[in-house]
Amino acid sequence: MNWSFFHKLGSPKWFYDISGRWLPWFVLATVLLLSVGIVWGLVFAPQDYQQGNSFRIIYIHVPAAFVAQSCYIMLAVAGIITLVWRMKLADVALRCAAPIGAWMTFIALITGAIWGKPTWGTYWVWDARLTSMLILLFLYFGIIALGQAISSRDTAAKATAVLAIVGVVNIPIIKYSVDWWNTLHQPATFKVTAKPAMPIEMWFPLLLTVLGFYALFTVSLLMRMRVETLRREGKTRWAREALEKMS
Amino acid sequence: MRRIVWLLFCREWRLAWRRPGDLLNPLVFFAIVISLFPLAVGPEPSMLRIMAPGVIWVAALLATLLSLDGLFRSDYEDGSLEQWVLSAHPLTLMVLVKVAHHWLVSGLALVILAPLFGLMLALPPQVLPVLCLTLLLGTPVLSLLGAVGAALTVGLKGGGLLLALLIMPLYIPVLILGTGAMDAALQGLPVMGYALWLGCLAVLALSLAPLAIAAGLRIGVSE
Amino acid sequence: MSGLSEFLAMGGHGPYVWSAYAITFVVLALNVLEPWVARRRLVSEEARRRRREEV
Repeated sequence: MNWSFFHKLGSPKWFYDISGRWLPWFVLATVLLLSVGIVWGLVFAPQDYQQGNSFRIIYIHVPAAFVAQSCYIMLAVAGIITLVWRMKLADVALRCAAPIGAWMTFIALITGAIWGKPTWGTYWVWDARLTSMLILLFLYFGIIALGQAISSRDTAAKATAVLAIVGVVNIPIIKYSVDWWNTLHQPATFKVTAKPAMPIEMWFPLLLTVLGFYALFTVSLLMRMRVETLRREGKTRWAREALEKMS
Repeated sequence: MRRIVWLLFCREWRLAWRRPGDLLNPLVFFAIVISLFPLAVGPEPSMLRIMAPGVIWVAALLATLLSLDGLFRSDYEDGSLEQWVLSAHPLTLMVLVKVAHHWLVSGLALVILAPLFGLMLALPPQVLPVLCLTLLLGTPVLSLLGAVGAALTVGLKGGGLLLALLIMPLYIPVLILGTGAMDAALQGLPVMGYALWLGCLAVLALSLAPLAIAAGLRIGVSE
Repeated sequence: MSGLSEFLAMGGHGPYVWSAYAITFVVLALNVLEPWVARRRLVSEEARRRRREEV
């Protein structure tokens, strides 16, 4: 296995160069996937026979939820890399990804709540999914708050790494207990109907928007990481030259 | 090894009892928080009974968080924490002793106090043993997880509030299990399952939390 | 144009669908614009710093 790639990742300059080359492709992928997926989902996908047109919110709710959850796992992985290999880039990734993950959780919550009104009659229900998402948002806030509270960047990196790992270990426990709590307290009128299999005209645009959201997450993350890298390496020659070229 | 554990424990005990007021504070907080609820929602016993498990557990949670804030602070400030990190003895063991002591003077106290407040919140006497059992199994988890947060925020200015923000989401499974057990007991259903699950969490926390606490302390001290 | 107005109404669910999509669009745009703006600010700070050094 070629480990030189892994070691190159330790160099901020290498990351900056290579991300600069990859970014336009991710932007293109984002634009294509999201525009096709959303237009398809909004216009061409057939109505859901139970929920009518409000189900179209699925095309933004589900991708946001997926990204929100994957992002937290990414934070934990970045945390492990920070602690084990002391790679500064992993900390840059953790610090930059956390706010994006929080925003995605926010989108999932808001779209879930808006979707809930025509479906269940109220904007908020303490069902398992929304409650888990809310707790995930709190976990994100914790990581962001801890990162900002510690003034030494090095210490902050390690502390947020530990917190992310502790969080990710707890997430399955939290998820199971919330799911189970929901079954305890489900009112008798709330029927959990088995969903019929989605026809391809419905789930294919969902696949596109899911991929599109991941692509957009990557775009936002790379952009933020590039800015943060320039900021941290501000005193080096390559960073100064790069900034000079841009002005 | 055993000598170190004993010496450490005695040290914590002696230090704690030099300021007995500090030991009382979480318990008074617990009492006040619980008393706020009947004042807020009215003294109707049937309503209090339904709320009681939740109120007692949330109050226990908050009281534990409050008492954890200063867990490592005085050691950090006078430099003994640094000595612990540097010493040849395993930090995880020393940390475990410290948390165990903290639990003895806070969590265990809550277990003893809780039935009194349970009665005040109109809980029938036959569910009080369940209350004590769930708190007995749950408060160690609260102490252990909270100590992780205390270790990560040691030396930070906004410590207490940040600690609460970090740790409260992690408390949710214990909360759900503890109150679930109480609700089952109130309905006359068996609670063994809940107790076993709480025991599971306790064992998990006991084995994994000291690692995270030690890591957090090393990070905090190295600053 | 009844096709368009029907589309916008979404069978009565219009406000929900469109508000959800609008909020999402704003948040996503924010997540892309914010780093872009931050980068511009960094560039101008660097230019200012260089001018000060040359003096």
